[in-house]
Amino acid sequence: MQPTQSLPRSPFGSFRRVLRHGDRPWDGLIVLVSAGVLALVLGIGWMLWQGSASAQSALGLKFILPTLDANWNPALNQFQAWPFIYGTLITSLAAIVLAVPISLGVAIFLAELCPAWLRQPLNWMVELLAAIPSVVYGLWGIFVFLPRVVVPFGNALAVIGRLPLLGAFFTGPIPLSGASRLAAATILTIMIIPTITAVTRDVLLAIPNSQREAALALGATRWETIGQVLVPYGLSGILGAAILGLGRALGETMAVTMVIGNSIEGSPSLLKPGYTMASIIANEFSETVSGLHTGALIEIGLVLFAMTLLLNLLARLLVWRVARRTPQEARA
Amino acid sequence: MTAFTVLMNRHRLARARQRKAANAVMLSLTGLLTALALVPLFWIVIYVIARGGKYVNLAFFTQLPRPMGVPGGGVLHAIEGTLVLSFLAALISIPPGVLAAFYAARNPNTPLGVAVRFSTDVLSGVPSIVIGLVGYALIVQPQGHYSALAGAIALAILMLPIILRTTEEMLKLVPASLREASLALGAAEWKTSLSVLFPAALNGIVTGFLLAVARAAGETAPLLLTTLGNDHYDLGLIVRGGIQAHQSVFQIVGRMINQPVDSLPLTLWKYAQQPYPERIDQAWAVALVLMIFVLLINIIARVWIQARTRRLQG
Repeated sequence: MQPTQSLPRSPFGSFRRVLRHGDRPWDGLIVLVSAGVLALVLGIGWMLWQGSASAQSALGLKFILPTLDANWNPALNQFQAWPFIYGTLITSLAAIVLAVPISLGVAIFLAELCPAWLRQPLNWMVELLAAIPSVVYGLWGIFVFLPRVVVPFGNALAVIGRLPLLGAFFTGPIPLSGASRLAAATILTIMIIPTITAVTRDVLLAIPNSQREAALALGATRWETIGQVLVPYGLSGILGAAILGLGRALGETMAVTMVIGNSIEGSPSLLKPGYTMASIIANEFSETVSGLHTGALIEIGLVLFAMTLLLNLLARLLVWRVARRTPQEARA
Repeated sequence: MTAFTVLMNRHRLARARQRKAANAVMLSLTGLLTALALVPLFWIVIYVIARGGKYVNLAFFTQLPRPMGVPGGGVLHAIEGTLVLSFLAALISIPPGVLAAFYAARNPNTPLGVAVRFSTDVLSGVPSIVIGLVGYALIVQPQGHYSALAGAIALAILMLPIILRTTEEMLKLVPASLREASLALGAAEWKTSLSVLFPAALNGIVTGFLLAVARAAGETAPLLLTTLGNDHYDLGLIVRGGIQAHQSVFQIVGRMINQPVDSLPLTLWKYAQQPYPERIDQAWAVALVLMIFVLLINIIARVWIQARTRRLQG
């Protein structure tokens, strides 16, 4: 390498020097931007915390604890987040209960049983389900799905309402419009099936062929292989997929707001209208009546953020554990 | 053959028949569940096309909304709003996403690399309404008014993890031999990244960008808190008025992005809640336009990514 002094002088001397040592500015730039991405995540949490600080000190811990006489009255400065936390949890849990068996079945079909020519189109179609905008789901829900599917389903489920303990969650005739927690739960089910299916399918595909071959060599049928060998092997990954779906369901706003009825009156029943954390923020944020009102809504946002953050971490951990267990040999 | 053996064999055969039957039942059940899961897709698409198609006409795309009771009118404000928001959000989110992906792809195991991938996962899981809250706290509150800029920043935060993840995966797919050849020819690390790796991965990066735009175009919740809506947003008017008043390009662009805008999903949300049948019809038409837009981008992007991945893997 020639020493710098003997190179010809040119008007672009300093520019050339930069180009020669371009690695440092480039590395510095991408490190800076990467740190920025990390800072963004931390900043979101910090901003939510700061924005709700006044509400936190004014409302205290009772804001989010379960209570039987919850009230949400902005005009009288009465704020209780429990009805919304309950609404979010029950609709999401019901959606998971409905979605996991269906998703598991679809993932098993796509990973194990589907003929090769059908695999790609079916994978696409399941992913397209996830691509439909949430408001379109909501619109279709209000005018098509609710009257034709949810109302009959709800009327059928109302029979359970007569039972002593479980009946509390299934009481009462479903409203004529169908707007209810059940409606939200079923639409959420449709929306999270693609998420759970995709991750479960990847988990099943990552299980090494040796497991399948061993089971078949021992005389198991294909179903026995799947049910007694593959699913237990990938169970933590499947659980992770379910938790990812749960996280998605918790944060879903528009479709839920359009079909859940947006009311905190009355019973905890699935067949009655409810309200979720995301819905109250979406509905009331642009019309808040006081700083405390805004702070309370931001605090609800903080709770929602914390819940989805924890669930996401748990899910990634579980899926990662399955990935680590499998040796190099995996089905393509 | 003792009587015991005969009975055992008969039991084994009966049991085998049971297991085969159970096998057939459960396997067909999974096929049925797959069909069941796909029913809503076809139902929604067909219904939206049938119901929305009746109302879509040229005026729909080129006119601003008319007051209730006056027939006609369109959703030009929403279409232009969606375009402005998507374009601005892409402008804001692509540079950081691509640059951070370069780092994460080259250094996946350093603390910062792990942190970036972790942050991407976290960001992709944040509910969109919470991102709207952040956009509100970040831009709307200090500025004192809703704007397209705030909405675009919220959408950019939404798009960032998608762009970052897709770019990172595409960069990892570029064969190591390409990078090594470039370095062997004497190119510096940074020049290799920009002139060799980036063009090689460009197809995939563009697909990631398309998927992110499709996602952002369909989002409503963050916009509820940052852009609110604007029935009189007409870019043609803004540009013409600006030229007539001898405003600079910066001023005209500033006027474009510094006021509340509407978007297709936001308009759909508003119209769906109104009691007028004509608004409901328009809502279905908006749903048709939005859905076709989003689905088309998704299909194009995935076809492109499939072809690209297959070619790179030889």
